[in-house]
Parts: sequence; C-alpha cells; structure tokens
Amino acid sequence: MSSMTDSPPRESFRLSQLIYDTRYRSMTIQVLTLLLVCVGIYWLVDNLLANLASLGLQPNFGFLDSRAGYDIASSFGTWIMNYSSASDHLTAAFVGILNTLLVAFLGVILATILGVLAGVMRLSKNWLVSRLMAVYVEGFRNVPLLLWILLIYAVFSEGTPRPNDFRPGPDGTAAASMIWDTFAITNRGFYMPAPVWGANSGLLAGVFVASLVAAIFYRRYAKKLLFDTGRLLPMVWPMFVIALVPVVLFYFLLGRPVSLDYPVLAGFNFQGGIQVDNPLMALWLALSLYTGAFITEIVRAGILSVSKGQAEAAAALGIRPNRAMSLVILPQAMRVIIPPLTSQYLNLTKNSSLAIAVGYADVRATLGGITLNQTGRALECMLLLGLFYLALSLIISFLMNVFNNSMKLQER
Amino acid sequence: MSDTHAQTVAYVREGMLEQQAPPTKEAGAIRWLRENLFPTWLNAIMTLVAIYVIWYLLSGLLPWIISPTWFSGSLSECREILTGAGQSTHQACWGVIRDRWDQLVFGFYPQELYWRPVLALVVLLAGLAPILFGRFPKWFLGFSMASPFIIFLLLWGGPIWFPVMVALGFVLGAVAFRSAVRFNQIVGVLAAILVPILFWLFLAEPIADALTSVLPIGLESISSKQFGGFLLSIVIGVAAIVLSLPLGIMLALGRASDLFIVTKLSVGFIEIIRGVPLIVWLFTASLLLNYFLPPGTNFDLTLRVIIMVTLFSAAYIAEVVRGGLAAVPKGQYEGADSLGLSYWQSMQLIVLPQALKISIPGIVNTFIGLFKDTTLVLFIGLLDPLGLTSTIRASTDWNGIYWELYVFIGLMFFIACFSMGRYSLHLEKKLQREHR
Repeated sequence: MSSMTDSPPRESFRLSQLIYDTRYRSMTIQVLTLLLVCVGIYWLVDNLLANLASLGLQPNFGFLDSRAGYDIASSFGTWIMNYSSASDHLTAAFVGILNTLLVAFLGVILATILGVLAGVMRLSKNWLVSRLMAVYVEGFRNVPLLLWILLIYAVFSEGTPRPNDFRPGPDGTAAASMIWDTFAITNRGFYMPAPVWGANSGLLAGVFVASLVAAIFYRRYAKKLLFDTGRLLPMVWPMFVIALVPVVLFYFLLGRPVSLDYPVLAGFNFQGGIQVDNPLMALWLALSLYTGAFITEIVRAGILSVSKGQAEAAAALGIRPNRAMSLVILPQAMRVIIPPLTSQYLNLTKNSSLAIAVGYADVRATLGGITLNQTGRALECMLLLGLFYLALSLIISFLMNVFNNSMKLQER
Repeated sequence: MSDTHAQTVAYVREGMLEQQAPPTKEAGAIRWLRENLFPTWLNAIMTLVAIYVIWYLLSGLLPWIISPTWFSGSLSECREILTGAGQSTHQACWGVIRDRWDQLVFGFYPQELYWRPVLALVVLLAGLAPILFGRFPKWFLGFSMASPFIIFLLLWGGPIWFPVMVALGFVLGAVAFRSAVRFNQIVGVLAAILVPILFWLFLAEPIADALTSVLPIGLESISSKQFGGFLLSIVIGVAAIVLSLPLGIMLALGRASDLFIVTKLSVGFIEIIRGVPLIVWLFTASLLLNYFLPPGTNFDLTLRVIIMVTLFSAAYIAEVVRGGLAAVPKGQYEGADSLGLSYWQSMQLIVLPQALKISIPGIVNTFIGLFKDTTLVLFIGLLDPLGLTSTIRASTDWNGIYWELYVFIGLMFFIACFSMGRYSLHLEKKLQREHR
C-alpha cells in the first residue's frame, strides 16, 4: 500500500508546462497581465511627462497656497471657512468640499424620508395611492437627473415672486405673501428664521442633550425589561415626554433664552433670518426627489422579499400588525434594503457634482472649476478632485458596511 | 344514506333555491371602491388627499398644456395667438417644438443629409432585431454584424474604404483563428489577436488610401461637431451600451477569478471608476486625455466621450454581473469542472448564461442610467438636447422659453427609458425557466 501514497516521481520542469500545466499556467497568465498593464501605465506616464515637458509644466501642488482672488457666493462653506477672495486656493477647495458635504448630507436625509414613505405607500392596498406613487417613481427614474435639476431650478428662479412682490401695493395688498409670516420663497432664495442664542442658551442645550440621553436609557431599560420578564412598557410616548418636557420647562424657567430672528422685507430684499440660495434649494430637492424614487423601489422590494409566512406567523402568535411590522418584517427587510441603499447614497453624493448646472459652489466648481481655470493646473486639480470623491465614496461605503453588519442575521 | 335521511327528516327541499344577487355593497363598482379606496378611515383620508393632489396638479398643468400655439413661429407670435383667442398668456408655447424640431433631433447635421441618420436608425433597429427578439434566419446575424460599419459610414461619411478595412481586420482575425486553431488552441487565440492589430497598424491605411485614389466611392464627410440633439444622445448612448457590455463582463470575470493579480487589478479599476462622478471623468476626457497620448495626437471629443462613458458604465455592469456570478449555485461551477470543461468553456456554456439571466434587470438599469447620463456632455461643450435649449433660448424668437423644451425633452427620454425598462421585464419573463 505504501506505493499508493508515494508522491509521483518528480519530473524535471519543462518550459511547455508554463502553458499546459494548470499549476503553472495561472502564474503565466498573471505575470503576462501584470507586464501588459505595467507597459500600458509606463506608456501613459511617459506620454504625460513628454507632453508636460513640451508645455514647460511640472506637476506641482504649490499653487494651493497662492491667493485665490475670486469670490464665492456666500454659503455654508464660506461661512465656516471664513472665506474671502484674499484666501488661498486650498481654503477655496475646502469651501467647495463643505458645500458638497452639506448638499449630500441634506439630500441623503430627505431622500431616505421620501423613499421610505413612498415605498410604504407604494405597497398600500389603496389603489389610488399606490398608483400615484408608481407615477412618481417612473416619472423620476426615467428622466435624466440633470433635467430635473434644471426644471426645479427654473421653477425657483422663474416661477417664484420677486422680493418686491411682497411689498403691499397702493391698494394695500401684496402680490405675494410670506408663509405664516415666517418663511419667504423668492427668486433670490428661501428665507427662514434664524435662532438667536441669548444668555443661558448653553444651559438649555445641556438640558436637551441630557434629556435625550435619558430617553435612550429609558428605551434600553424598557427593552431589557421586555426581554427579561416579558413585561411590555409603552415605548414611544414616554420617550417623547422624557426628551421634550424638561426642555420646554427650562425654556420658560430660564426666561426664553433662545429667540428667533425673522426675515423682514427691508429695501429691495429680505433682511435677517437665514437665506438659503435657490441653487442649493433646487439641487437639494432635485437630488432628493430623484434618489427618493430609487429608494422607493428598494424599500418596496425589501418589504416584498420577506416571505408571507413571516407576517402570518406573527399574526398567529397574536402580534398586532404595527408591532409585527416593526419587530418581524422590517428587521428582515432591512437586510435586503441596506446594500442597494448604500449605493443610492453613493450615487446621490456623486450626483451632487451636477451642482455645475445651477452654479452652486461645490468642490467641482471651486477646485475643479475656477481654481483650475485660473491656475491652468488641470492635472493636479482633477487628481485632487478625483481623490476627494474616491475617499468620500470609500468612507460612505465603510460606514454603511458597519451599519449592515450590525443589522445582519446573527448566525450561530 | 339519503334514504335514512328522507325517513328521519320530515321535509327536505328537492329543488335548488334561485341564486340571489349579492348585496349591493359587495358587488360591482361599489365593492371595488370599498375594497380599494375606502377600506378604513385612514385609507379614506389618504384617498381624499390623493384625489386633491391629482386635481391640484391637473388643474394647474392641463390648462397650460392645452394651448393652441403649435403653429406659432416665435414667442411674441404665441402671445398674439393666445390674446387673440382671449386666453391667458400663461400657457405653453408649443411652436418652439415644431420650429426647432430638426435642431432638437439632428443638431447641426446638414439639412439635405437628414436621410442618413434616419437610415442609420433603421439599420440599427434592423440589426438589433435578431438580438432583441430572436427567431431570425442565420444570414440575418451577418447583417447584424455588418450594421455597426454601415451605421458609421452613414453617420460620419467619408470614403467607404475606411470602415471596410476595419471590418476586414475582424474578418482576418476570424480566418487566422480558424486556420491556426487546428495546430494549437493558444496559437489560435494569439493569431486572432495579433493578425488584426498588425493589419490595422501597418496595412489598413495604405490599402484604404490606395483604394480611395482608385475608386473614390463614399459619402460626404460630416464632422462630429455637427452632431447634436437626440442624434448625439443616441450615438453616444448606443455606442457606449454596445461596447460596455462585453468589457463589463470581462471585468466581472476578472474580479471573480482565482488569479490574485487579475482580481486585484479588476477591483482597482472598478472601484476607481465607480468612486468618481461621471462629470469628473468627462472633464478628464476633455481636459486631460491629450496629456496621456503621444504628443501631437488630437482625436475627436465625441470619441473621447464615448470611450469615457463606456469605461464608466462597464465598471457598473461589472458589479451587476458579479452579483449574477455569485448567485449561480456553486454546484453549477463544480458540475462544469467535473465534465472536464475548460475555464472559458464552462463560463460560456454553463455559468454566464445563468449569471447574465439573473443580472438582466441590473444591466438594463445600468443602460437606462447610461442613456440618461449622456445629457451630461453639455458641460464639455457638446450640444445634446439639453445643451441646445440654451442655444434656442439665445435666439431672439425664443428668448425666455424654458418649460416647453424641458417638458418635451423629458418626455422623449421618458419614452426611451420606460420602454427599455418594459423590455427588460419582457426578457425576464421570456427567459424564466423556474416553475413557480
């Protein structure tokens, strides 16, 4: 028997084995591929260096420290970075990055809300509501996002009243009026009240944070009680009470430390409050509505993917429909929903570069636009721009992967 | 048993009762309304809200849409027509679509040559028919293979010999493979790759030039700059769709393969392409691509865009196909191996047919996204339909026209993308093999 287990006689290595022997062939293929790719990259870089040399350029990032010399419309980024035309190109790039992050963040939140609501309504037994949602989904999915951005921007810039229309005419009525005397939608932007932080407002914020923490602890306690003893405590309304009542109490006890600064028509424009420019509004709404349509379909597919037996089993155990939804169906649907949802978030973030259509000062407009044109450093600017988006994509996928792992089925 | 029954029960009805109509609440339209619109209080409220939303939208849009301005030649003429008819001037001015139809569809393509893109579209549809619907005679597939060259000739024109030489390269490759594969599989593959490349590099141009000087047959040459409107969208979209599918499948196979270096290279390519927005890639194509090519080369912007869009959507298709490959049960791979099939045979005969069938919805969604993304080329100066809107707005006749053009362009894209989506549903149903 020992002859059976002996290894076969070692043959000397022949060159043809590189092709015919599967043990070596994979190595051959890989080495050849690597060689080809290296030759290709060498060719590209060689061309690049030759072209740059003939133009008298050297790849160099020193331009980032030089004075930008251009103005950026006042926005979230210019406010945080304290930007002026005397700042350098690096600050301008950060202004753009902050603006991109802002619109992406707002867009993700609104798109998720819209998508989940529309997804649940799409599955509603109500014929009219589900058809209406189908029209929403098909309408937004089958028309280019750029067109929606331009269309919504045109609605904001052409279809809204001028600030002057808010002024009462000779007959005492104005052509346009503010919503609840608080918000104003004009062709120059959207105006809303700004909070004014008075004395003691820090204390109020502290109380708010503390009561939020208390609410979370209550939730944990109620869950533990449920799992340990089976006693079911009401969850939703006590959490609201714990989170909100102390804040309201302290607000009045401290003598209303936080007040609101309302926008008021003064001169040719509104003064005071927070002004949100129309480009941001249009971009935000278009991105959210467009991505929301995709999320609607994802949510619908996720809920439909939970087999009917799960809902029936929950009903057979006597679990009420609402609770069955939150305890049985949604946790299982989430596992199907999260991976495609991640890629929708990534798409939204990348699509925010369509800000170019409405002139919103995102990172493509500052670093990849004006800075690029002023300095002529196309290679460096595009490289930095690409790296920023790549890093952002990787961070978002990483965070969503962490979330996905926490939602995963715990298999033993 | 009926006997005992008859004896024990004093009276048993012998005839059937007349069938009665269901209660009015449980029949016909009322039942449908009760079940679908007003089953609960909450649902009734939702229905009413939905009706209000629909009414609000329609009452705002319909009067605007129904507007007798189809034959107006300018915005001021529109206003005259509307005031003449005693209607408000806040209505659509559809004259712009009629007036600028040619421009929106063909861009700046010479007017007397419009038959060429139209014929190209017919050739495209005819060439796609056997692929889309199957059941066509075999010789028709030959026409499908020739159609890209015919379409190229029709659209760009120029001497006939250039596309003929490119096609001849493919034919030579096939012949070289057939004749060399008899000796050895690997020699065959190498010949199929090397022979056409050598032919295109060294022989194609002199032969084409010689033939052109002897037999100058051809069509009037049109430069890419004259392409525009939906013609440009369709050219970029179709070219990128056709080219990105094979590339995406190759990338997916590379990513799923056991070869370490090949896998890592595919992953790197896919992730870098997918991590960066298309706009950045398009700007790269228009600003930077020339830096990476031998000094002095300067090739067409439209071609550069097609290459970039192809690479972009190939990365997305690769991810979709990877999902399909992962969904094919492991037993299928093992079954193919145990039959002694080589890698390519097992992929071609066993794995890919199943994987591609699974990934059809994803692939078609990628195609729809690609077609919609062709609108982004306006940012690098190509005149797609959306780019033309500002050109049209710049003329004195149509200064200040927004909505009509956007609605029209949106509608055209909707029709194209919606029918693509419906086709994918049809294909899914047709290819369904599982019995449910």
